[in-house]
Amino acid sequence: MDQPVRELSYAEAIREAMAIALERDERVVVMGEDIGVYGGAFQVTGDLIERFGPDRIIDTPISELGGAGIAVGAAVTGLRPIFEFQFSDFATLAMEQIVNQAAKMRFMLGGSVSVPVVMRFPAGSGTGAAAQHSQSLEAWFGHVPGLKVVQPTTPEDAKGLLLAALEDPDPVMIFEHKLLYKTRGPVPEGAYTTPIGKAEIRRKGRDVTVVATGVMVSRALEAANELAAEGIEVEVIDLRTVRPIDTPAIVESVIRTHRLCIVHEAVKTLGIGAEISARIAESEAFDYLDAPIVRLGGAETPIPYNPDLEKAAVPQVPGIVAALRDLATGRR
Amino acid sequence: MGREDKAMVKKAEAATGADNRPFLFRRHDAGTIREAYRKMLLIRAFEEGAENAYMRGLVHGTMHLSIGQEASAVGVGLALRDDDQITSTHRGHGHSIAKGAEVKRMFAEFFGKETGYCRGRGGSMHIADVSKGNLGANGIVGGGIPIAVGAALSARRLGNGKVVVCFFGDGANNEGAFHEALNMAAIWKLPVVFVCENNGYGMSTSQARATASATIAERAGAYAMPGRTIDGNDLSAVAEATEDAVSRARNGEGPSLIELKTYRWRGHSKSDRNRYRTKEEIDHWMTENDPVKRIEADLVAFGILDEAGLDAVRASVAEEIEAGIAFAKESPSPDPADLERFVYTEGA
Ligand SMILES: Cc1ncc(C[n+]2csc(CCOP(=O)(O)OP(=O)(O)O)c2C)c(N)n1
Ligand SMILES: [Mg+2]
Repeated sequence: MDQPVRELSYAEAIREAMAIALERDERVVVMGEDIGVYGGAFQVTGDLIERFGPDRIIDTPISELGGAGIAVGAAVTGLRPIFEFQFSDFATLAMEQIVNQAAKMRFMLGGSVSVPVVMRFPAGSGTGAAAQHSQSLEAWFGHVPGLKVVQPTTPEDAKGLLLAALEDPDPVMIFEHKLLYKTRGPVPEGAYTTPIGKAEIRRKGRDVTVVATGVMVSRALEAANELAAEGIEVEVIDLRTVRPIDTPAIVESVIRTHRLCIVHEAVKTLGIGAEISARIAESEAFDYLDAPIVRLGGAETPIPYNPDLEKAAVPQVPGIVAALRDLATGRR
Repeated sequence: MGREDKAMVKKAEAATGADNRPFLFRRHDAGTIREAYRKMLLIRAFEEGAENAYMRGLVHGTMHLSIGQEASAVGVGLALRDDDQITSTHRGHGHSIAKGAEVKRMFAEFFGKETGYCRGRGGSMHIADVSKGNLGANGIVGGGIPIAVGAALSARRLGNGKVVVCFFGDGANNEGAFHEALNMAAIWKLPVVFVCENNGYGMSTSQARATASATIAERAGAYAMPGRTIDGNDLSAVAEATEDAVSRARNGEGPSLIELKTYRWRGHSKSDRNRYRTKEEIDHWMTENDPVKRIEADLVAFGILDEAGLDAVRASVAEEIEAGIAFAKESPSPDPADLERFVYTEGA
């Protein structure tokens, strides 16, 4: 490569992916609340209204159930809608259409239709938005056969996974962590896809494997850097897709490191960490484990408003460092 | 009515013995009217104090200010008994104050402090004071509407004579929850009053772009209840319409829908760049239709307060706000060791 890759923010990368899709495929429309002149609550759609007009960048009333259902109906009948929830929390108002309709339609109709709808969910805590605007509900969706669920953590993947979702014939739910929107990173020009269902090793290490999702990937990388100074080499896997989970990637890593920690922001109980632990326990990697698996996740509480409590409710770098150190040095 | 008209009304009354003053002045004594005015000022000053604290980085999170909408909260509050209940919205500071909340504990909540109404766990969007009948603001648009109907069902079954007022915005009337809740309130004739504060926009989306009917009040027809559109910046008109609807509810005649036309002066929240409305429109409402200025003119015209009296109320409000902010600043934060408190009922 002769040219250095330019940097974009995570939000800009998503916007670029949408613009590419809108440009090349007349069937693509974007729907959501305040995504037109307002530019979206997190400025992800930004100026798309100016470039593609209100017939393709469609402001909906505040009607999540109806809006999501219209996107599903449009997807079944030939469009490629991208439906933006203003906050992932409001998906709770639309679960009927997502879970009973979008996820099951193809199955129920014996394969005679597909539902190529893409839904985007700004998720996660850290903004002081309190209990109804800060949740991480990706595991709920991951529990539903018929849906695919991705959680990009870099600008490059945010663009690539959105373009992959648009090429996918089935409903794809994209969980975007709000704290990531302004983070910057290299993003290739033009169209490309990031494969759905493939985890990515972000850092190689021999002593312990940490599987992280969402904003926890950067926190795990920070923790890994700190521990490297102590001679502990942490391998960081970015899960990227919640459904289907890339089990082989995790098994392969654990066979090398013999130790596993899973970190996610969503509440720990019945979460993605539990699922990954069970998969390792059921796999050939089980025999290689030198220590019990460690899960770090959100506390068993709604997200509090007070900033100190809010931080205490989800894993932070010092806690990750301590857990990984204990795990790697056999204190656990 | 202009000031001269009002003076003429007074003269005419003196001649004929009839009382042609607006409802508010016929229905309530001077003390109650002064208190209502003070609450309107308190709401505005609370919002300004909150905005200022936010700008100075004293709070994290967001806020939705109700500057320009003070008459609707206070006018509705005038028609309620202390034990009547309300459900509120994300734009709920005014509703809390109208229902009797103390600004110091509201500021404390806004600052995330243990002394706040939710012990710092809820923040601006979740302020509640159940002891005063305020069942809480809500972060979910339309989230409070079915809850209000549930509270009305309790009131009916328990026979406690309470009426529930459900505040929501023009944007919320397009949520499924609105339609389902109004229908059930109507078929069961529940003691609930639906108060739509129509400030013209749900975030950036105007009523015309989001709502098929020309008024929100006419949606009441689909649920066989009375619906009225009222000037929401006219304290007296709001109080009068609410009192009618509340009596109806209290007499077992069922729910009503009141649409209060008003305007929010500030952006939707901190992220708003006002791209969807014009500066002229905002200026028009601020200069021509300020609910505070309107009530002040009436107070003077009908002899409730003179300019010095208005100033005295302003000064006492400013003092209360300053003390409230100081209280909130000095209050302790919650102890992180208590993170998992209140998730379940303790001792149950
Ligand atoms: C279910 C749901 N959808 C969207 C939002 C985001 N949101 C918060 S307030 C708001 C606008 C509400 O408009 P309206 O009901 O008219 O009340 P106003 O803000 O004008 O007081 C939106 C879209 C939300 N909080 N909940
Ligand atoms: Mg509104």
